[in-house]
Amino acid sequence: MAGADGDDSLYPIAVLIDELRNEDVQLRLNSIKKLSTIALALGVERTRTELLPFLTDTIYDEDEVLLALAEQLGNFTMLVGGPEYVHCLLPPLESLATVEETVVRDKAVESLRKISHEHSPVDLEVHFEPLVKRLASGDWFTSRTSACGLFSVCYPRVSSTVKAEIRQHFRTLCSDDTPMVRRAAASKLGEFAKVLELEYVKSDIISLFTALASDEQDSVRLLAVEACVSIATLLPQEDLESLVMPTLRQAAEDKSWRVRYMVADKFSELQKAVGPEITKNDLVPAFQNLLKDCEAEVRAAAANKVKEFCENLPEDSKETIIMTHILPCVKELVSDTNQHVKSALASVIMGLSTILGKDNTIEHLLPLFLAQLKDECPEVRLNIISNLDCVNEVIGIRQLSQSLLPAIVELAEDAKWRVRLAIIEYMPLLAGQLGVEFFDEKLNSLCMAWLVDHVYAIREAATCNLMKLVEKFGAEWAQNTIVPKVLGMANDPNYLHRMTTLFCINALSEACGQDITTKHMLPVVLKMSNDQVANVRFNVAKSLQKIGPVLDSNALQTEVKPVLEKLATDQDMDVKYFAQEAMSVLALA
Amino acid sequence: MSAVSASEKVDGFTRKSVRKAQRQQRRSQGSSQFRSQGSLPELCELPRLTDASSTEQQELFTQKLQQCCTLFDDFDSVSDLKSKEIKRAALSELVEYMSSCRGVLVESIYPDIIIMISTNIFRTLPPSENPDFDPEEDEPTLEASWPHIQLVYDFFLRFLENPDFQSSIAKRYIEQKFVLQLLELFDSEDPREREFLKTILHRIYGKFLGLRAFIRKHINNIFLRFIYETDHFNGIAELLEILGSIINGFALPLKAEHKQFLLKVLIPMHTAKGLTLFHAQLAYCVVQFLEKDSTLSEPVIRGLLKFWPKTCSQKEVMFLGEIEEVLDVIEPTQFKKIEEPLFKQIGKCVANPHFQVAERALYFWNNEYILSLIEENIENILPIMFGSLYRISKEHWNPTIVALVYSVLKTMMEMNSILFDELTSSYKAERQREMKKEQEREELWKKLDDLQIKKALGAQSNSHGLQNLHSNTNTNNSNEGDGSVPSPSEAEPKLISTQ
Repeated sequence: MAGADGDDSLYPIAVLIDELRNEDVQLRLNSIKKLSTIALALGVERTRTELLPFLTDTIYDEDEVLLALAEQLGNFTMLVGGPEYVHCLLPPLESLATVEETVVRDKAVESLRKISHEHSPVDLEVHFEPLVKRLASGDWFTSRTSACGLFSVCYPRVSSTVKAEIRQHFRTLCSDDTPMVRRAAASKLGEFAKVLELEYVKSDIISLFTALASDEQDSVRLLAVEACVSIATLLPQEDLESLVMPTLRQAAEDKSWRVRYMVADKFSELQKAVGPEITKNDLVPAFQNLLKDCEAEVRAAAANKVKEFCENLPEDSKETIIMTHILPCVKELVSDTNQHVKSALASVIMGLSTILGKDNTIEHLLPLFLAQLKDECPEVRLNIISNLDCVNEVIGIRQLSQSLLPAIVELAEDAKWRVRLAIIEYMPLLAGQLGVEFFDEKLNSLCMAWLVDHVYAIREAATCNLMKLVEKFGAEWAQNTIVPKVLGMANDPNYLHRMTTLFCINALSEACGQDITTKHMLPVVLKMSNDQVANVRFNVAKSLQKIGPVLDSNALQTEVKPVLEKLATDQDMDVKYFAQEAMSVLALA
Repeated sequence: MSAVSASEKVDGFTRKSVRKAQRQQRRSQGSSQFRSQGSLPELCELPRLTDASSTEQQELFTQKLQQCCTLFDDFDSVSDLKSKEIKRAALSELVEYMSSCRGVLVESIYPDIIIMISTNIFRTLPPSENPDFDPEEDEPTLEASWPHIQLVYDFFLRFLENPDFQSSIAKRYIEQKFVLQLLELFDSEDPREREFLKTILHRIYGKFLGLRAFIRKHINNIFLRFIYETDHFNGIAELLEILGSIINGFALPLKAEHKQFLLKVLIPMHTAKGLTLFHAQLAYCVVQFLEKDSTLSEPVIRGLLKFWPKTCSQKEVMFLGEIEEVLDVIEPTQFKKIEEPLFKQIGKCVANPHFQVAERALYFWNNEYILSLIEENIENILPIMFGSLYRISKEHWNPTIVALVYSVLKTMMEMNSILFDELTSSYKAERQREMKKEQEREELWKKLDDLQIKKALGAQSNSHGLQNLHSNTNTNNSNEGDGSVPSPSEAEPKLISTQ
């Protein structure tokens, strides 16, 4: 195929070379991103013999260009002629795996991992594994760091002699002089352990794990905690106590808060990995300590795990452990000095009610929920309100409503619009549970106030909220309580509020039905077609299009059509456009 | 509605400074080291060292050192007040004793001294109170235990500076692990602590020859971690300051290790986000290297050009400042090697719409030495610079820049008027040629795309996997809009056009 195009096939490489030498980085970047086009034009053979050597030899460029190149080469297997020739891609990727910039190196490693699977076992030993070895014994830390990510992909498919070499290399890197390399090794320890035979996990990995977990740098130690999860999953239960637990206990009490944070953060995974017995004996007290840690960061991470930890406790002793060991700590956290801790707790605490059942919830948890609902920090209150549904399932919302209301009113006026938005989204749920009367009395005015909020997203959400309320409480309720207020806004001096009327009508017409729409809403919409602001006028056209299907044909012909015809001759082109669109959709044209 | 200002309602996320003022922040930080382990033993006051007889003094010295190993919860300002005061008094007495008395440093006291120092200062630094701490704008969190720690640092310094101090004995205790922990402390947010650490580390570097390579290697690691992993470390400026004087003392010729440090660590450090905080110290280190070995100016300048800021004008100004410092010490032969790429960059800076960048670059022409270098090489530099200068003289929005450009053009015209005239007359033709080249390139790519399609059609029968060859365009139009703001004027609020 290659060369068959005669003259044409000659210039791609010339273009590329020319472009790759361009002074403008953006142009160089563009040409690298089209590398596959060029390779395709060249054909597999010339890609192998010309393009790849050129890339390997001549590229010294900005990191951004190198990153693009590293990514491209990961998808190049077919372009060099398939798995048989995939090893041709190794030289350029090898040099990319040694550059300083982390993102480039990581991308090169990612691509190497990807193409490693396309190597045959023989090629893996002949081409890929030597590359890993070269990287692992490189002078500068960057290549050794990159090597750490490559051991696990080639280990499973090589001979036992080569396997022994790979293990040896990994061991060496785990005690490398440079902390960066040890960190890379520690972060790949779990992954590597997974591909090793169990005997080597016990003989090799455990000693590396123990060493890394007591490294002088806390940044290395904390990565060992992550590996701990994978290692514990691999080992048989009877070996856990002697091989893993001493290290884990030590990590949970490490003098560096970063390591303790990591333990807290991985607690659920650790819990699953070590099983119920060790959880009961070791993890429960460890978890208590983390919940009482002197650093707020650690407490917050642990607080986040409270629900998950409790859920996964062994059935037989679940309730006892929660009531006697966990709940006392949780109680203290409710009045923690740090708002992040309280907020983390608030996001999961409601989940405990389903685990503990109605009686315990009312007796022990409800006071905590109420305390958090009154918290000075809006985030804490919001987290509680956002999870009301779980408590609702257990005890019903009446219990909470009395204390709930002040908190809701306050959040409804919060300075952060995202908080207001979250509250609006809970309105239909609350309304459904509290009933019409309660709603009219306490919450209705809030819902209307949101319609004139300063932020569009809130006005939009408020409109949508009204629709859901009407679906719940019915058309009659809408006619009495909502529609008059909404229509009143049509005379507001602010055009944004006038538009809100239109948006509400769009949302409500269907739920309110033909009668209300024709009698009450339509006249207002038609009147607004004379508005002086073009935005209002074209929204009138859009609204008519929207409510048209709800109206009967008489109203359409006699009332809607003339107005749309008038708007279709408006001086503003957008008004014209939408009026014409409405006419064609409603088949009035 | 509650008492929230309208601007806050609109935006929700107020300006950082306002947000910070609102937050009731605790100003000082308890160290993570202290974990209450029940009640502490109350300290009892020991007799004063100066009151003791010389035979008892040594014994009392040891006792006081041991007493000062007790740690308190300094965040809790009401507990253990009496004991805290006793410790403070004991520490200040120790400082006094160490600086004024001779012959107190007997060999047996060294371990006690080091234990006291280590117990007090070595601790895991607490998490930052303020995760998006901006050292330029924010007040640093101060160390709560400072009243005690300050005295401990002071004592440590006087210990190192004591005329009787013997590093041959101390090196048994001040070893690699000790230095490593000391270096970690440079991340402290408290500038007072970092200042002490800087002086202390400098003394240690001076007195312990066996630790020098180790210290350099670990500073190296801290820097690399800062550049490639965390982008955060509070004590970079202080460490660079120490390095400045270390580099000053390097023997010639420079070892490969030192050159590598310059090119693979110091130069990439220019990419850091917080460069402002330590640029002066960094540039000083770089220039120190060049004064030692002038052949390094070529790789240094190439390195700076590689990491030249793309979007941050403030950093560009700093880079230009550093380039000028480098050019001040460059040798003419070295200058020739880098003039082309360098002046291409300077040409771009001169044409920068940010006037401070343009101005800083144009100031190069006020520097006598640089001017002489330009003059010597005017036949190479003028063609590179001419396009930008000529265009800017007509287009730049800022009158000061235009004036500066005119004077620069005039200076260069005087250097070689024949070349200048040639360039002026060929400017238009040059422009057109560039445009034509641009067109050609576009056509080439189009042709190449056609070719790809042809190939793809041909290849379909050969079942090549081509799915992922068409680069997928990423349209990232995430709408995070806050919606519209009510406009008081009714006339023209036409915000939306045809959708």
